[in-house]
Amino acid sequence: MDWFPLFNSIRIAAISTVIIFFVGIFAAYYIAKTPRLVKGVLDVFLTLPLVLPPTVVGYLLLRVLGPKRIIGAWFLKVFGLKLTMTWWSAIFATTVVIFPLMYRTARGAFESFDETLAYSAQSLGLSNTYIFWRIRMPYCRQGILAGTVLAFARALGEYGATSMICGYTPGRTATISTTVYQLWRTNDDGMAFRWVLVNLAISFVVLLAVNMLEKRTGRQKGGA
Amino acid sequence: MSIFVDIEKNLGSFHLKVKLEAGDETLALLGASGSGKSMTLKCIAGIEKPDRGRIEVDDVVLFDSEKHINLTPQQRHTGLMFQNYALFPNMTVLQNIRAGASREPDKKKREAAVTAVMDSFGLTPLANHLPSQLSGGQQQRTALARILVSNPRILLLDEPFSALDNHLRFRLEQEVRQTIADFGKTVLLVSHDRDEVFRLSDSIAIVNDGTIEAFGTKAEVFARPQTRKGAMLTGCKNISKLECLGAGQIRATDWDMVLDVPMVSPDTRAVGIRMHDIRPGQGKNGFRCQVVEEIENPFSYTVMLKPVNSACSCPIGWEMEKYVWQKLRAPEVSVCLPPESLLFLKE
Repeated sequence: MDWFPLFNSIRIAAISTVIIFFVGIFAAYYIAKTPRLVKGVLDVFLTLPLVLPPTVVGYLLLRVLGPKRIIGAWFLKVFGLKLTMTWWSAIFATTVVIFPLMYRTARGAFESFDETLAYSAQSLGLSNTYIFWRIRMPYCRQGILAGTVLAFARALGEYGATSMICGYTPGRTATISTTVYQLWRTNDDGMAFRWVLVNLAISFVVLLAVNMLEKRTGRQKGGA
Repeated sequence: MSIFVDIEKNLGSFHLKVKLEAGDETLALLGASGSGKSMTLKCIAGIEKPDRGRIEVDDVVLFDSEKHINLTPQQRHTGLMFQNYALFPNMTVLQNIRAGASREPDKKKREAAVTAVMDSFGLTPLANHLPSQLSGGQQQRTALARILVSNPRILLLDEPFSALDNHLRFRLEQEVRQTIADFGKTVLLVSHDRDEVFRLSDSIAIVNDGTIEAFGTKAEVFARPQTRKGAMLTGCKNISKLECLGAGQIRATDWDMVLDVPMVSPDTRAVGIRMHDIRPGQGKNGFRCQVVEEIENPFSYTVMLKPVNSACSCPIGWEMEKYVWQKLRAPEVSVCLPPESLLFLKE
C-alpha cells in the first residue's frame, strides 16, 4: 500500500492549520475591536467559506490563481511558478475553507474574556504583548484549542476545493479524500475501504485527543 | 502626593463631568450604580479616555486634552483594584504577584520585593495556589499585594468589598484600612455603601448622574449632604418636599408638618431628617403623632409616624434602641424634630 496520500494529507492539513491558527486568531482579535458596522460586514465576508459549497470556493480560487488569471499569471511571469496542480496548491483551498472555523471559535473565546484582567495587567505595567500571550490566550485556551483541532480535522477531510485546484495525481497531489474517491470510481473497493479505515482511525485519535485535553484543563480550572 | 482631576466625557445619553482634588488621604466616591464613579476611576487609570480635561497625579500629568498628553495605563503607575480582584486565573499567587513586580528591571530586587510583600500579607504558605483555590479574603489580599508590589502612585479601589459575604466584609475592611494607612498616599475608594465609606475615608465626593454633587470632609458631607441624592446616599430616609411660608417657617408637604427653621436658601427644595435624629417628648417642632407601623430590626425598632389628624402622605421613620421603644410604646407619641438636625436639600 502506497502511504503517500496519508503523508500528503497530513502535511497539507498541518501547514494550513499553523497558518490559520495565527491568521484566525489575529483576525478575531482585531475584528472584535472594530466598530459594529465594519464588524458585521467583515463577519459575513469571512464566514462565507463555511456555508459556500467547497466546489464554489475551488472555482473562485481557480478564478484568481489559475495560470491565466490575475494572480496566477503574475506568479507565472515573475517567478515561473504555477500556483495550481502542485501538492501545496491544496493549502490555498484548505486555508480558505478552515479559516471561518478558527476565526469563529477564537472570536467566541475572546468575547468571553474578562477584560478587567487586561485592564489590571496594563495598570501593573505589563506590556500588551505579554497580556495577549500570557493572560488572554491561556484564558481562552479551550476555545482556541477546540477551534484548532476542528480546523485541522476539517483540513484533513477537505475534498471539493482541493480536487479542483490540484486535481488527483498519484504520488504528487493525491490526498486521502481524493484517493478514496478515485479508488471507488475505478472500482477498487478493497483499497478504498482501507483508506476509509485510515481516515476513521485518524478522526478517532483527533477526537480522543480533544476530549483528553478538555478533561485535563477542566481539572486544572476546577481547583479545590 | 496628590491627585487633580477635571474631566468630561460624553457617553451617549450619559454625560460625565467630574472635578476633584485630594491630597495624601482617602477620598471616597459615593454614588449609586451607574452614577459614573467607576468610569471616573477608569479614566484616571487610562482605560477610558475622557473627551476633555486634565488628570494629574503627584504633579505628573497623566492626561491633558489641550496638550495632547495621554499616557498609556502602563505609564500611569496607578494601582487599580476591581471588585472581582482580576487575579490572573492561570497563574499561582506567586506568579500573580511577580507579574505585579514586572516594572522592576533588577531580578534580585524584584524577587526581594515579591518575597517581602508576600510575607507581609501572609501569602507565603499560599504561594503555589491558583486563585480559584483561594477564599474571597485571600483573593483580596493577593490582589492588594500584587498592586502594592508594583509601586503605584495612587490606589484606586473599585467596590473592594462588594464580592464578599457580609461576615467577611468587616474583617477585611480592617485589613484594607491598615493597608491604606501603610500606603500613606492618595487612595480613591469607589463605593455605594455609606457605612464602609464613612469608616474608611477622610473626604467624600457624592457622585450622581455623572457629576459631583457634594464634596467635603466626611463629617461635613454627612452633616450637610446638600442634595436630595446626597442625603439618600448618606443614609437619610426621611425626605419631604417643602414650601416656604416665610418668617422662619416651612411646610414639609409630604409629612404635612409646619416646621420652625433657621434661614433657608431660596433653592432649597426638600427637607430631611435622619431616622435616629428624631427626639421623644415635647420641644421645638414637636408633634403629637400616631404610630402607623412598628418594624423590629435586629437591634433597634423603626416606628413609622404620622401627625395626628393630618394629611401626611409619607410617614416619618424614627429609629431607636430596643429598650427605648419598649418603654415608650403607645398608639400615640409626642416627638420633636430638632431644627439643628434638619437637612435642607437642593434637588
